[in-house]
Amino acid sequence: MNFLIRRFRPEQIRELFLVFLIFLVVVFFSIEIEGYFNARFVNRLSTSVVVVAILAVGQTLVFLTRNFDLSVGSIVGVTAYYVGWQLWHHPEIPPMAAVLLAIGYGMLMGSINGLLVAYGRVPSIITTIGTLAIYRSFLVESTHAVPITTNNLPDWIVDLPTVSLFGVGVLEFRALFAIMVLVVIVFQFMLNYLPFGRRLYAIGSNPDAARVAGFPAQRIVFMAFLLSGGLAGLAGFIFLSRFGNISVLAGIGLEFASIAAVVVGGVSNMGGSGTVVGAFLGALLIDLLENSLFRWQVISEFWRDAILGMLILAAVAIDHVVIGRLRTIWARAGLQMKTEEQQDKPEVESHVG
Amino acid sequence: MSARTSFFSLVWQRLKSWEGFLIVILALVFVLNSLVAPNYLSVGNQINLFILNIERIIVAITMTFLIINGEIDLSAPSIMGLAACVTAYLFNAGTDFGTALLIAMSIGLACGLFNGFWIAIVGLNSLVVTLAMLISYRGLARVFLEDRSISQFPGWFNFLGQKNLVGPFPLALIIFFLLLIFAVIVLHYSGFGRKVFVIGNNKDVARYSGVKVPRVKIILYIASGLVSALAGLLLAARLGAVRGDLALGFELDIITMVLLGGVSIFGGSGSLYGVFLSIMIVLNIRNGLSLANYSGHVQTAVIGILLIGSVLIPNLAGEVRVKLNRRRQIGRSQDTAAEI
Repeated sequence: MNFLIRRFRPEQIRELFLVFLIFLVVVFFSIEIEGYFNARFVNRLSTSVVVVAILAVGQTLVFLTRNFDLSVGSIVGVTAYYVGWQLWHHPEIPPMAAVLLAIGYGMLMGSINGLLVAYGRVPSIITTIGTLAIYRSFLVESTHAVPITTNNLPDWIVDLPTVSLFGVGVLEFRALFAIMVLVVIVFQFMLNYLPFGRRLYAIGSNPDAARVAGFPAQRIVFMAFLLSGGLAGLAGFIFLSRFGNISVLAGIGLEFASIAAVVVGGVSNMGGSGTVVGAFLGALLIDLLENSLFRWQVISEFWRDAILGMLILAAVAIDHVVIGRLRTIWARAGLQMKTEEQQDKPEVESHVG
Repeated sequence: MSARTSFFSLVWQRLKSWEGFLIVILALVFVLNSLVAPNYLSVGNQINLFILNIERIIVAITMTFLIINGEIDLSAPSIMGLAACVTAYLFNAGTDFGTALLIAMSIGLACGLFNGFWIAIVGLNSLVVTLAMLISYRGLARVFLEDRSISQFPGWFNFLGQKNLVGPFPLALIIFFLLLIFAVIVLHYSGFGRKVFVIGNNKDVARYSGVKVPRVKIILYIASGLVSALAGLLLAARLGAVRGDLALGFELDIITMVLLGGVSIFGGSGSLYGVFLSIMIVLNIRNGLSLANYSGHVQTAVIGILLIGSVLIPNLAGEVRVKLNRRRQIGRSQDTAAEI
């Protein structure tokens, strides 16, 4: 028991618990739906989770600093449309340049958010509600609502979602999924091991203390929004390649989807706690539920949203109760260990003396 | 004499406050709009403005309470949709219309109680709970109506929604003003209102001072649910038809109105007067822009810019003032140093 307590923190058990929940959902629907869990389903899931998962990674960075980014839905829409527009009019643009262009567009919009929040000291919820409307309005007005269709795009981007890096039988490891895995790993690594990552946690847990300790708080918050914007730009590129047909209303509602994923993944909206892997698991759980409820014949398709909301609530409530219990166990055990160590110490000292 | 200066200084103090800032903006919007359309300021036009958005405005009142309390209710528009859809479904199934309305209101109450239970008793985060319920209640509304649209409600229901009841005022507007007066009394002149502010300022302090925090929060959520259901029914009556996507996406509009009114998103400060002024501003800007042929997206963007600017500009001005003061002080200390 003590070994377990020393080895893991409640937050890590939260992630194991999410994996367990995902497992439960798969088992439940495997019993309910015939031929539910097969390689093709995994392939489909691995493509559909990508956009929200990447957004959730960016949202996690912002959440860690005790802020919100509600504008990601519009950033995805603007980048998807404008990268599509560039590819339509300049089909010779190489794929890497298109990706960088998307990230650049995203970072541009993210930096506006970051400037306003970090240096203008406008609360993030106000800033991003505002920019959500402003970016969307810019898109609608500047494009005269001409949609982008698959026919206008170069072949490579339309085929991208089905490109797989390697496959085991029917099971494929697709390129888009690979991008997402890379993003999750890189950012989890950054949060765990780089000074910048640790500072995100420091600022979120106690902004005043972080400032007094001399962290460049404004710059770090700015960077969080910049990265969130860049990731939203990347998500916009993937959105474009997945759907191909982009109207000016593309990506509406993704801001709530990303927040739902992050929150189910256990990232605290009071800042300072949560992981990128957790956010990814949250996105995966929600996507799995959406895809599964869609195939469940017992209920009509109209029940999907009603059940989805309840399940998100259930996931968060169970998590709250379980993690709360675990924290008290941990705290008690930690106290016990400490007192044991203190009881040990005088004996050692007396030996020496 | 001194009474007079203190009166003026009082006025000046008020003008320097958030409400004063909003009044200046509102006056500006009035003047600009009147230049475009001469009979803009007529009572008829102003009433018309209110009527076209009356449902959001009504919900903004309860949202003000919740945000001052340090919480939020994203699910309010979904409750509006659900209440209207339940009424339409029951009416279509042959239930007596009055009973259907009663059931819809009790569903609003139940939704609010459900939100309040998870937030106040279990202690979950309100943003999370109401975001989940934004999806869920909307989903339930769709379950009732699927993709049908139901209309041909009883004549008196449509009459209440569309025709003037007393003088030039339709029912919804009267309800709004009665609700607003009641809300002002409760929030600014009652013990309950003080509790709402105290909890928003510091929940722990409130709890240690013996305020029953969960009870206040549950009451607020129930009120929000009830008022949302009422607003949903009023919207159904005004439109004369109900679909599953009724009131979809109102949440950001409602929150914008409340925040522009000077209510702190972190809770603990704000006033209904400010919210009322911000409602006037939002309505008049939207109307003015649509007179000048700008689309709804541009209108929302302008209000977004105003929302950001209203916080940004005072912040920047404050920063500049601090820097100037510091420079002056440094200059002075250098002068004295040179003299020595």
